Amino acid sequence: MAITPPSERIWWRQPIARIELIWIIIAFTWGLIMFFMMIYWHGAGEQNLSNEAYQIKPQVFAKHAQDMIDEYQVREESGFPVVHPPPGSDVYLIARLWQWWPILELEKDQSYRLHLSSMDWQHGFSLQPVNINVQVHPGYEMVITVRPDRAGEFGVVCNEFCGIGHHMMVGKIYVVE
Amino acid sequence: MSSLIDFRTCPTTGLKVDRAAEKLIKANAVAAVVFLAIGGLFGLLVALTRWPAVHFLPADMFYLALTAHGLDVLLVWIIFFEMAVLYFASAILLNSRLAGPKWAWTGFGLMLSGALITNVAVLQGQSSVMFTSYVPMMAEPPFYLGIILFAVGALIGCGVFFGTLVVAKREKTYEGSVPLVTFGALTAAIIAVFTIASGAIILIPTLLWSLGLVSHIDPIIYKTIWWAMGHSSQQINVSAHVAVWYAIAAMVFGAKPLSEKVSRTAFLMYILFLQLASAHHMLVEPGFSSEWKIFNTSYAMYLAVLGSMVHGMTVPGSIEAAQRARGLTKGMFEWLRKAPWGNPAFAGMFMSLVFFGFIGGISGVVMGTEQINLIMHNTLYVPGHFHGTVVAGTTLAFMAITYILVPLIFRRELVLRKLATWQPYVFGIGVAGISVFMMGAGTLGVARRHWDMTFADAILPFDYPSAAFLMMGLNGIFAVMAALGGLMYVVIVVGSVFFGRKLAEDEKPSYPEVPPDSAAVGHYGSSESLKIPGTAFLVGIFFVAFVLYYFVNWKYLSEIWPLS
Repeated sequence: MAITPPSERIWWRQPIARIELIWIIIAFTWGLIMFFMMIYWHGAGEQNLSNEAYQIKPQVFAKHAQDMIDEYQVREESGFPVVHPPPGSDVYLIARLWQWWPILELEKDQSYRLHLSSMDWQHGFSLQPVNINVQVHPGYEMVITVRPDRAGEFGVVCNEFCGIGHHMMVGKIYVVE
Repeated sequence: MSSLIDFRTCPTTGLKVDRAAEKLIKANAVAAVVFLAIGGLFGLLVALTRWPAVHFLPADMFYLALTAHGLDVLLVWIIFFEMAVLYFASAILLNSRLAGPKWAWTGFGLMLSGALITNVAVLQGQSSVMFTSYVPMMAEPPFYLGIILFAVGALIGCGVFFGTLVVAKREKTYEGSVPLVTFGALTAAIIAVFTIASGAIILIPTLLWSLGLVSHIDPIIYKTIWWAMGHSSQQINVSAHVAVWYAIAAMVFGAKPLSEKVSRTAFLMYILFLQLASAHHMLVEPGFSSEWKIFNTSYAMYLAVLGSMVHGMTVPGSIEAAQRARGLTKGMFEWLRKAPWGNPAFAGMFMSLVFFGFIGGISGVVMGTEQINLIMHNTLYVPGHFHGTVVAGTTLAFMAITYILVPLIFRRELVLRKLATWQPYVFGIGVAGISVFMMGAGTLGVARRHWDMTFADAILPFDYPSAAFLMMGLNGIFAVMAALGGLMYVVIVVGSVFFGRKLAEDEKPSYPEVPPDSAAVGHYGSSESLKIPGTAFLVGIFFVAFVLYYFVNWKYLSEIWPLS
């Protein structure tokens, strides 16, 4: 029994039953398939998170974002600037208690270099209803190349707990034709 | 030395029982159940708040309750119970005295005071930082201090366990190798040492930071090392509850492991590879290379997952073999149909096995895939997954073995047996529902740790799909069911410990029935005679479900915006 010492003293010499061996081989092979699937997707898939990241001071990141807002703001909405940067450009999204700043307006099927960083605590960039979720840290800037493939209005929910106003932290991204 | 130790002889097993070990098992088990009750109550409050139609607590109390819930059940209940399991698997199963009972009591005192200090800190309201306490969000110093004390206490408990193994070996209290269950407990204890060391490495500086003595803690370094504690500690649970599965299979069926070699190697896989799992939490963080993520998140090519998949066959396989040896050989499933489904120890154990594999296991591997994590990170899918592993898996297994341990260790007859028969089903199905519906809501994008999924107070509006609201309503209903199951457990255990009929010194408990250990299941381990077609069929279903679900999620991933 499993609660008593093995009845065969030399238990490591006991043969393994065939059915166990078959399952071990199947499970091991499946593990290898799953492992190589991740590598395969880096070549064949279109959804891979970039590894590009920098350490950055919050005020420096805020300045980059402000420069972008000053240059490309097209209108204002509920107190938030709406920015329409040119395709292919660097776009900045500030996470802070409790806002995603500013509102971005992107063009469908165009690529952008999206920079994310936090001014204070950790936040979670959760683009809905697309369902892309990325962690945002203070002091680190992550750069992701995104290519929105459908037009519409998207919410940016914060999905890392960031204090009492966490549930009010919603931003917006427009994708236009 | 051993002549001075106060032993009694267990009438059921014939084992010598060190009364000092017995007292420690009782103390740790009682503390565990108390914190399960407290933490479970907080969990119910959380679920009622996330039920959109009820939305029970205000925001500040919700985040407080969620912090307390995670702390009390994920850490305190489970580790206290694991201490009881460690002492049982060493002193009792090895027929030995416990090494250093005074040290064990010191550890217990540290754990208890640590748990109380952190709980008080949380209840004071200034430490609602969630169980993970990600910097730079800061809690009050006692929050970290309590966890550190608790961890030190647990470390001492592991030391007592290792010491007992040495004592038993030296005093020759058993023949040959340690039992498989003890081996599994040893796995858990070794992982615990790694885990607690990681916790100390990160929480001690964080305590100093909250006291103002350290100026800065890097959030990414914090998170990486914190999860070397946070995720690895879940691997302690896996090792411990797999050991409990084997123990229950042995105690209820007299089951013998199909192959000691295979089962022990599977445990060894846990020691070698499970520590890599902190990567699961870093898949969408800045600053990690894909190579690092792929290797670590897969536990080095899924070798630890392989360990779990092996246990997933060998545990039911050993039960099937034992049942067939008793003559339940008709068809594929007579052994399972005629299993003692009214015995809560077996029912709880078997549901724990099935839910851990199908719900917790599969979802964990899928979510831990480097790219797929993008569509799940920090959504409700995450708590959906770990309620499948830690609650439907570990907690249900621990509840199941309690029904055997109360008569054996507390020497009391179980009370409320009708209720006990139902308890694993009510709790197990409740928790399975919680897991599945949270995973459903997470797939629809709903954020975890979030007070208001309607975003009523947000300046910019956003609406989740209505299906997500349905999911959260169902989650609430199943949470009430699970809470009821938890309450039943607490009532039965507390009732039995205090009011159950006292067993005489040489009296065997009448319930749950344990077969005579002389049952004829000694020799089915050889490769020619082993027949477990029912288990093979069940494992086949599991494998097909795993493969399908895995690729369905790649399909979901391929539908989001292209990223690079």
